[in-house]
Parts: sequence; structure tokens; C-alpha cells
Amino acid sequence: MLWARFGPSLLSRYGLLWALGFLILALSLLSPYFLSTANLLNVLRQVSINAILALGMTVVILKGGIDLSVGSLLALAGALAAGFALSGFPPPLAMGLGVGIAVALGTLQGLLVAYAGLPPFIVTLAGLTAFRGLTLVYTDGRPITGLPDPFLFLGNGTLLGIPVPVMVMLSFLLLTHFLLQNTALGRYLYAIGGNEEAARLSGVPVARIKVFAYAYSGLAAGLAALVLTGRLNSAQPTAGTGFELDAIAAAVVGGTSLAGGRGTAWGTFLGALIIGVLNNGMNLLNVSSFYQLIAKGAVIVLALLVDRLVRRR
Amino acid sequence: MTRRIGFLGLAVWILASIGALAQGAVVGLSLSTLNNPFFVALRDGALQAAQKAGIRLIVLDAQDRVDKQVADIEDLIQRRVRVLLVNPTDSAAVVPAIQRANRAGIPVITVDRAAAGGQIAFHIASDNVAGGRMAAEYICQQLLKGRGKVVELEGIPGTSAARDRGQGFNAYLKEKCPGITVVARQTANFDRAQGLSVMENILQAQREIDAVFAHNDEMALGALQAIKASGRKIPVVGFDATPDAVKAVQACEMAATVAQQPQEMGRIAVEKAVELIRGTKPPAKTQFIPVPLKLVTNSACKW
Repeated sequence: MLWARFGPSLLSRYGLLWALGFLILALSLLSPYFLSTANLLNVLRQVSINAILALGMTVVILKGGIDLSVGSLLALAGALAAGFALSGFPPPLAMGLGVGIAVALGTLQGLLVAYAGLPPFIVTLAGLTAFRGLTLVYTDGRPITGLPDPFLFLGNGTLLGIPVPVMVMLSFLLLTHFLLQNTALGRYLYAIGGNEEAARLSGVPVARIKVFAYAYSGLAAGLAALVLTGRLNSAQPTAGTGFELDAIAAAVVGGTSLAGGRGTAWGTFLGALIIGVLNNGMNLLNVSSFYQLIAKGAVIVLALLVDRLVRRR
Repeated sequence: MTRRIGFLGLAVWILASIGALAQGAVVGLSLSTLNNPFFVALRDGALQAAQKAGIRLIVLDAQDRVDKQVADIEDLIQRRVRVLLVNPTDSAAVVPAIQRANRAGIPVITVDRAAAGGQIAFHIASDNVAGGRMAAEYICQQLLKGRGKVVELEGIPGTSAARDRGQGFNAYLKEKCPGITVVARQTANFDRAQGLSVMENILQAQREIDAVFAHNDEMALGALQAIKASGRKIPVVGFDATPDAVKAVQACEMAATVAQQPQEMGRIAVEKAVELIRGTKPPAKTQFIPVPLKLVTNSACKW
């Protein structure tokens, strides 16, 4: 049953699976440290934050938008959740508030895009700057430390031997997949990204769906914030700098079209995995960090080329 | 299509093979950034010491990203390094990763910035608070004779280096030098380009500036550009004594820079790691190994 649901979209992404397979094979042969359960869980844990953000980003890109604010929004949500927890709120409530505010700010950006007609690039660029500023104001530029245990558990704990961040990531992956493939909302997103005017004329509530997309990206930023805050055992005012670009890279490597209308949750997940495996492998192999950046850039372009060639057939 | 995918595999293979040449390392060094001559010097000192001792050193660059550093350290643990040298991007954020190394039985040495927790065998650093005081004392006693208006360019907010240098600097002024006021205090994130633009703005706002203290040389050199362009002559005191800054001091363009000795830090860190590998027991409590600071000035210059 699982295969019936997920198999086809997995198959349609086989170009990516091949790339990931080759990468894993090469790294296993080159480094005796790569192919161990501990290291593979390690990679999944490292990938979790980028994957969560990239899944939210995919939903926005699908409808033909972009969300540059996620890195700053993540920092703000993390700082607020940590701050609330330290000022006496029970940790789950503090976390909920942090995520809730991220969703609210995502919604606000969505409203500006959908109803005020402002370009997404500019609205979320403003968000990137303003949310970072808010974070610095709220934290006074200092990390917030001394967090209660539930935060640590979210970032560093394990459930049945699986790291909690990985659990969060997989849950969010399934949720996003379900949303995109099995709900009217998901089909509307594809429709708007494919041809907004046609979607509007056929009765799709375009504006509301757009607002939803940014709210969902805010949700992703909030969840990623909780994981990162836990992983760092602190809320960092500078956390998440540049994360928006990593998320976009993962989505695009995963076959999401920046023009909108094309992309899947699984593809994005694979994209995040490819980037994560590459980072981990190059670290294990002691590739100079300067060359690591070049390799990362090369792989993004290669993945796009392969994707393009596969599609042309 | 298969052939094209084969190409991708081949490309990845070649990239990975470049790294494979360097296999067999036993000590890991996780640096906050290599986009700064200070840490490049630290790395060079460490590499030289490693070569001399006949051990291999894996150097990873976190690019100033706290999350990347955690991942880097996790990878070094998977790579089973014998000793872990860490130059934290942030004192608090690095703690879970250090605890993970502790659990794996890998001794940890922190370099330059301290960690807020975990078991650390040695901490190797210069005393940044003392350095900040040193800069304040020089500005107060030598440059301004106890009276004047000073600009402070701060480092990345939240980093311990920025906190400590600022703290030492301001504490000295408050305690020993009441005649000096800080008329502008702005962050330029340890970055030369930002040092330039922030200083340009301050120059617009402040007609009277008698001296500038920057938390690092990159910002100091940026500020220097702004001051030169404005046609004013204001002594700038930096921190770190990077080659560029030392050159500027020699040319009487900068007044002084507080010299940390990053190369020494790297060397001492690796030597301590070698001791641990050769069987010395790590101390029960973190042992602080201070690396001396010195003020680099040029007595031939007139300020």
C-alpha cells in the first residue's frame, strides 16, 4: 500500500535516486567511516533542518513564489520559543507559541503577496531583514541559553534509536507529501504555479491558496527553529543565516521548478539528502573546505543538468 | 541516459578522490571560519606543528555557521579522530557537539574561544578582556592623554570575542579614564566592508572623533578607508595584528593593533593534542593555557 502511494513519485525521481546512489557508493568505497549506521543517522540528523525548510520552500515555489525570509524567521521563532520558556511558560506551550508566531508572520507575508500584489521576492527579502532585526532586538544580540530539557530532547534526543530531528523531518515530509498529492489544496498549488490565470478562471481561490503557502513555509521555519535550538542547546541571534539559499538549493536539486508548477516533496527530500551526504562525505575525506564549496556548486549544477536531460527524453 | 548518469558518478568520484589522498588523519580541527587571516594563521601554525610531530590533521571550516560546526564535529567523531580541536563559532551552541565527543571518549581542546560546557581538557586562548583593556589604556594614556571622543566598532553581536574585548575596553575607560567618552558604538560584524560603511555613517554623524577602537583588524582597516576618504586624520586601534594591519601600523596609517598570536595558538593546540595521544592523561578540570598578547605600535609615527 505504501508503494502504491509513494512508488510512482519515487520512480519519477529516479534520476535523483541514481545520483544519490552513486554518491553513497563512491563515499562508501573511499571512506571506511561513511557507511555505518551511526554515520548515516548522523547525516539524517544534519539534513533534518534544511529538509524541513526546503519542504516549506517547495510549497511556496510550487505556486510560483519564493520565500527568502525562512532563515531569519527561524532565528526569530527559536529566540521567542526559548525566551518564553525561560520566562516561565511550560516548554511545550513556549514551543507552540514560537511556531505559532512563525506561522503568523508567514501568513502576513502571504497576505502582502496575495492581496497587496507585492512581488514575493521583495516581500520576503524585507522579511529576511526585518525578522533578523527583530531577533537581534529581542535577544540583544546574545544567545539565549539554559533551556529546559524538552528543547534538548527535540534537538539531540532519540526515540526508538532514531534521532528526534529525523522523526520530525520524516513526519513533515509525509505531511507535505500528503498535502501535495492527496488534497485539493495541493492540486490548486500546482494549478496556480502552472498557470495562475487559468487557475483563477477555473475557480481556484488563488489568493487564499497563496497565503496558505507562505503560512506553511512559516510553519516549516518554526519547526526547524525548534530542532536547531535544541541541537545548539541555545537560541542564537545569528542562527539560520543563509538557510534560505540552502533550502532553495535542496528544492531545486530535487527537481522543483523555480517557475512553479513542478516539484514533489520526495524530490526535495532527496535533494536535501544529496547535499547533506556530499557535505558529510567531504568532511570525512578531509577535502579542503574551499574545494567543498566548489564541489557543492558543481553538484547543484550537475543535478540540474541530469534532471533536464532526463526530462527531455 | 545511463551514460550521462555515469558521468555524474564519475565526476563525484573524481571530487571524492581528491580528498581520499589526505586520508589517515588522527587529529581534527574544527574552525569557525577560514574567511579571516587570523584563523588562516591559526590553521597554518597547527598544520606546521602537526607536520613536525608526524601526525595528520583534518581541518574543517564552519564558515561562521553554528549549525555547520555542529555537523562538522559530528563528522569528525564519525571519522574517529584521536583528539578534537575546536575553535567554537559560539560558546553555547557548540556544547551538544562537544558532549557527543565526550561520550565517544575523544578528548577536546578548545582554541581561541571557550565552550560553555562539556569536558574540555585544555583551553588555549589569549585573554580578550586583557586585550580590550590594553587598547583602552593605549588610547587613554598615549593617544589622547586622558581626554577625548572615541568610536567603538563592535564584533559580531553575541560572540564571546566581541563581548570580552568590549567589556575590557569599556571597563578600563570607566574605571581609569573618565575624561574619554564613547560617542558611537556600532557593530560591523568583524567585517572589513561593514567596517567601511559603518564608519562612513559615523563620520557623517560625528564631527569630533579623536580615536577609533575596532574589535578586530578587518573592521579597523575598513574604518581606516572611510577615514582616509573623508580627509580626516583619526588614529585607529585594531585587534589581532593581521599582516595587513601590522603593515598599516608600520606605515603610520593605523595607530596600533593588539597582537594575538594565532599561529602560536595553533601550534600549542596541536602540541597538547600530541601529548594526549602519546598517553598523557587529560587534566580533570579544564586547564587554561594563555597565549601572550602584545601591543604593536610604531614609535616613529606622530598622532
